[in-house]
Amino acid sequence: MHELSIAHSIVDIVRQYVQGPDLKLVRSIRVKVGEHSGVVVDSLEFSFSAITAETDLKSSRLDVDRIPFVIECRSCGARSRTEWGVARCPVCGASETAVVSGTELQVLDIELEDTPSEGS
Amino acid sequence: MSVITIERKVLARNDEIAAANRALFRKHKLFVINVVSSPGSGKTSLIEQTLKRLADRLPVAVIEGDVQTDLDAQRVARYSVPVVQIVTNGGCHLEAKLVQDALSALDLGAAQLLIIENVGNLVCPSNYDLGEHLKVVVASTTEGDDKPLKYPAMFRNAGVLVVNKIDLVPYVNCDPGTLRANALSINPSLIVFETSCTTGHGIDLWCDWLFAQSSS
Repeated sequence: MHELSIAHSIVDIVRQYVQGPDLKLVRSIRVKVGEHSGVVVDSLEFSFSAITAETDLKSSRLDVDRIPFVIECRSCGARSRTEWGVARCPVCGASETAVVSGTELQVLDIELEDTPSEGS
Repeated sequence: MSVITIERKVLARNDEIAAANRALFRKHKLFVINVVSSPGSGKTSLIEQTLKRLADRLPVAVIEGDVQTDLDAQRVARYSVPVVQIVTNGGCHLEAKLVQDALSALDLGAAQLLIIENVGNLVCPSNYDLGEHLKVVVASTTEGDDKPLKYPAMFRNAGVLVVNKIDLVPYVNCDPGTLRANALSINPSLIVFETSCTTGHGIDLWCDWLFAQSSS
């Protein structure tokens, strides 16, 4: 259940970029979560809403971009999605492969509603 | 609407502290392993067997991570090595900061090998870099041979797999060859050892390898 501590880390990052009354303007926080990042997206969303419920971030939401697990074969060069995170190339069978994507856990950006004072 | 671009790893703060830990290890010429596994696979037993054979050959220190109790630190202290217990109070993994705090209680200059035993959990510890040189994943035969496929992140991020309780193979539904093949299908560069902490099978091989890594 480390999604709770991951959610805290996300909130900490948001608070580094947005402070004080502006926190209430945060509409969405876009995060990139790899298929094999070890994070359960439902748990992460639940944890995020639980820890922000009574705070200035209560009306913000997490937008999760799920990133597929893709490997690149060092032998034939094929890029493939493999089931269960297997590292063997499904095209030529070589085991020398590199992970291209699918292990990410990143905060991409924050979307803020415009402040009335700035909009005047 | 306005957008603030961040593009920052969620665990960037942990990674920064892990990098500081790593720099400290480098300064003290300390080789550090992070031992991970599910609960009950024999991490502490493997560490005890390792200390039995290595503590006379090179100075070793140990950090124990558990959700509750200092039972493991008590077991390890019997081998007359410096040991610090981290109690996470419910936390399911060690983080770099917890290790950083524990390091202040150790004389790093006096050690050559530091063994960190993580909380028993095959999921969460794989996300958290502690600054170690090597993750050692222990999988015991009593857990079955499918664990690498069910928990791939842990096996992908590890450098060494220790297949423990190898003496129990006749009594459990586990084929060590399949276990090894499953692990290598996730991470072909894994170095694999087979051990039994009860009979001592394979422990010398593992210890000699670890000794060589720690001395180089």
